Amino acid sequence: MEKSGNQRKQVTLRIFRGLGSDRSKDRYEVFNVPYEDGMVVLNAVHYIQSHFDSSLSARWNCKAGRCGSCSAEINGFPRLMCKTPVAMFGGEITVEPMRAFPLLRDLVTDVQDNYEIAKNIPAFTPKESTDHTWIFFQRDVEKSREFRKCIECFLCQDICHVVREHKADYIGPRFVVKAASLDMHPMDSLNRSSFMKNSAGLGYCNITKCCQEVCPEHIIITDNAIIPEKERVVDRNYDPLVWIYRKITGKS
Amino acid sequence: MWSTTSSQKQFDPADESYETTSCDVLIVGAGGAGMRAAIESFDKGAKTLLVCKSLLGKAHTVMAEGGIAAALANIDPQDNWKIHFSDTIVEGQQLSNWRIAEIFAKEAPERVMELEYYGALFDRTEDGKIMQRPFGAHSYRRLCYIGDRTGLELIRTLEDQVLKRNIPYMDETEITWIFKDPATGAVSGALAIKITTGELLLIKCKAIILATGGCGKVYAVTSNSWESTGDGIALAYRAGAELMDMEMIQFHPTGMIYPAGVRGMLITEAVRGEGGILTNAKGERFMEKYDPKRLDLSARDVVSRSIYTEIQEGRGTPNGAVYLDIRHLGAERIKEKLPSMYYQFLEFAGIDITKQKMEVAPTVHYQMGGIRVVPDTCETNIHGLFAAGEVACGLHGGNRLGGNSLSDILVFGRRAGLAASEYIKNTPQGEVAGQDLSGEIKRILAPFKSLNGANPFDLKDRIAATMWKYVGIVRNEIDLRKGLEEIGLIKLDSKNLQAKGARAFNQSWADSMAVWNMVLDCEAIIRSALTRKESRGAHTRSDYPKKDDANWMVNIITKQKDGQMIQEVVPVPKMPPEYEALINREEILAWKKNVK
Ligand SMILES: Cc1cc2nc3c(=O)[nH]c(=O)nc-3n(C[C@H](O)[C@H](O)[C@H](O)COP(=O)(O)OP(=O)(O)OC[C@H]3O[C@@H](n4cnc5c(N)ncnc54)[C@H](O)[C@@H]3O)c2cc1C
Ligand code: SF4
Ligand code: SF4
Ligand code: FES
Repeated sequence: MEKSGNQRKQVTLRIFRGLGSDRSKDRYEVFNVPYEDGMVVLNAVHYIQSHFDSSLSARWNCKAGRCGSCSAEINGFPRLMCKTPVAMFGGEITVEPMRAFPLLRDLVTDVQDNYEIAKNIPAFTPKESTDHTWIFFQRDVEKSREFRKCIECFLCQDICHVVREHKADYIGPRFVVKAASLDMHPMDSLNRSSFMKNSAGLGYCNITKCCQEVCPEHIIITDNAIIPEKERVVDRNYDPLVWIYRKITGKS
Repeated sequence: MWSTTSSQKQFDPADESYETTSCDVLIVGAGGAGMRAAIESFDKGAKTLLVCKSLLGKAHTVMAEGGIAAALANIDPQDNWKIHFSDTIVEGQQLSNWRIAEIFAKEAPERVMELEYYGALFDRTEDGKIMQRPFGAHSYRRLCYIGDRTGLELIRTLEDQVLKRNIPYMDETEITWIFKDPATGAVSGALAIKITTGELLLIKCKAIILATGGCGKVYAVTSNSWESTGDGIALAYRAGAELMDMEMIQFHPTGMIYPAGVRGMLITEAVRGEGGILTNAKGERFMEKYDPKRLDLSARDVVSRSIYTEIQEGRGTPNGAVYLDIRHLGAERIKEKLPSMYYQFLEFAGIDITKQKMEVAPTVHYQMGGIRVVPDTCETNIHGLFAAGEVACGLHGGNRLGGNSLSDILVFGRRAGLAASEYIKNTPQGEVAGQDLSGEIKRILAPFKSLNGANPFDLKDRIAATMWKYVGIVRNEIDLRKGLEEIGLIKLDSKNLQAKGARAFNQSWADSMAVWNMVLDCEAIIRSALTRKESRGAHTRSDYPKKDDANWMVNIITKQKDGQMIQEVVPVPKMPPEYEALINREEILAWKKNVK
């Protein structure tokens, strides 16, 4: 595969290959791809598909960091392939599918459960009727705005150890962000506290903050969404974790 | 630990078996147009099925940044639908269908308000209403927006409505063919591939709404996403529907140029809306020459041609671009008003736009042409076949105004859903002929049987390079003929394509089908471009540099005749006199005098 005599700089990728239906065939394959200025991991994957192995499966769409399709684990860290320059890494680059979701094929996982979770979150329910122009202000918009940047890449779900271990019990950081975006909508009328406590399993989150480190949209997931959501629940029910967090950080 | 719960049937590449399902209204595409259509059709009681190629919520629409145009008059009280109507027609260089433009301008405000009532969170004015920003060639501040992520919010809001209603959907599913009842000629079904497994699916239905978006991917430099391979155009054409104004391809003036990996990625017009200034390598503010009144916020075709001219005449940067400068706004305001742009440059190019100038060049952005539809119902000339959104034609004429597409997809997505749900009430389910079905299955599985076929990736690249080289911003007869010839050769090669490996998530198979569709789109674009012997809107011909109203106030129709692609020229539908008066407003005439 490697073209000898070619003096161009090369990038070496070690790519996971496998099938969801038969995990005995899991393996890694190594490819050398010519380097181009500004190249991202997704470019390298495309190069492999078009020059070496067209059966390599990968999911992508916008190639601009906007759609959240191309999530993968790159050198063990959840990232968007289209937003990760290969020049970031020194040596070989390992690309694997997200491990919190069932494998379909190669780099592609089954993320459909996420849509089911989304369906269960009580939807936006306006507090005013829709027969007149709603009046609210920019400052009312700001709080919810951060959470609406979410591109549903599910990288935060991928890194969260609670999601990995107790998938059925905790909706996961993406969906706490979603609940927060609704709760902080100035025209929303619902109180999602009992849902968050009883159905969403918010209590499982122990504020490790791993999720906010991987978010490509720089959403401060734990501090700005999870903790305020926990506090809403505390307003009615007591959550020791939030109490400890407040003690340690002095934040209220 | 790796999860092992997933089971996935593997399909032998040669397996011709298929599953069958049915619905009343099949909606192809889950961008803004498709989702809004699905909501309407479902709410009106039709058995609705929504399918899309990517995951639900990832459609191309998520990329829209600048905003959604509607004459709400929240900032400029003088604004109203009539002025929005006239801006649309005038800047569309009089090719728009007046009735489509009327419906659009009148209903856009309702659709924006509806989005707010569905839960979208727009930026606000001082007095608490939806904020509106200025945008190229809109007479007033008219674009409602959500920071610079308007499309994402639009998609997420509609997606929530789809999920809330539990509307049946199948994502990562590609439609390859539309079937018609052999007796009546009306739509009777479609063939689909489930991308995740490679399984084939026959969907029987009474009506189909095509909402498949554009075909930007036929060009090498484009802002469009992977799925924009013009499938809808090809599906409709093969089913016998008429296409219109296919030569009209919008080049957005400001695409990224460097590094190579991001070439074509969009820089939103909002940068200029917020005060960004274009300069050439000599530091001249060149828009003063081309449109002294509207400057950097002139219409897109004008700005794109101006940038092209500056670069061609040697006043471009070493990377073959011009500069776009927003530094004077100050770091804080830039990060507040244009956060996505700030991060886009930082993360993709290592450039801090609060400190450095951006380098920009035109990028293929939008298809103004598309499937010809009836204004009020979005129906095509095929019974039961509807089209809405970027894939449909009639609103934008020769040049689309920024922000008009997001309102277009909502207004006509809803109308298509409504009309289809009415249509199916008195329509029996048609037959899908066995030979049509087996013929289509053979066609799409052929790349797996080929042993010596061409590599679809290579063909895709060849198509994109050909179009960029010969069918670009400025065209002429010789280049267009060369382009047509080259596309003809690619078409021949595409008769034998080879896909390798299993059927599930197979990029070479997906690209084989994309190549077949793209070749058809390109042929329609080039033949239409050859037909229009004048320069108008986005279509510029160096051999016919003048706009020629006496001969070319026409729409160019593309359709099949005896298995051949032909073009027909039809006059633009004449608008009633009271509408004529709207588009001859004094100030519009005054502008036009100044625009070169
Ligand atoms: C970077 C960028 C910025 C933009 N900014 C703005 C803006 O600020 N304002 C504005 O008004 N417009 C803007 N536009 C234009 C606007 O976003 C698009 O024109 C609009 O979103 C098109 O919407 P749509 O619903 O017609 O199609 P799309 O959103 O393109 O959706 C097409 C759908 O069809 C599906 N599909 C395609 N082929 C098939 C098939 N064969 N089988 C099944 N499904 C299929 C796709 O999966 C997808 O779901 C922008 C465009 C770009 C690229
Ligand atoms: S902070 Fe909570 S949600 Fe985030 S990764 Fe940790 S446990 Fe998961
Ligand atoms: S919150 Fe961030 S990491 Fe999580 S899904 Fe959204 S964008 Fe991705
Ligand atoms: S492809 Fe859309 S985020 Fe990477």
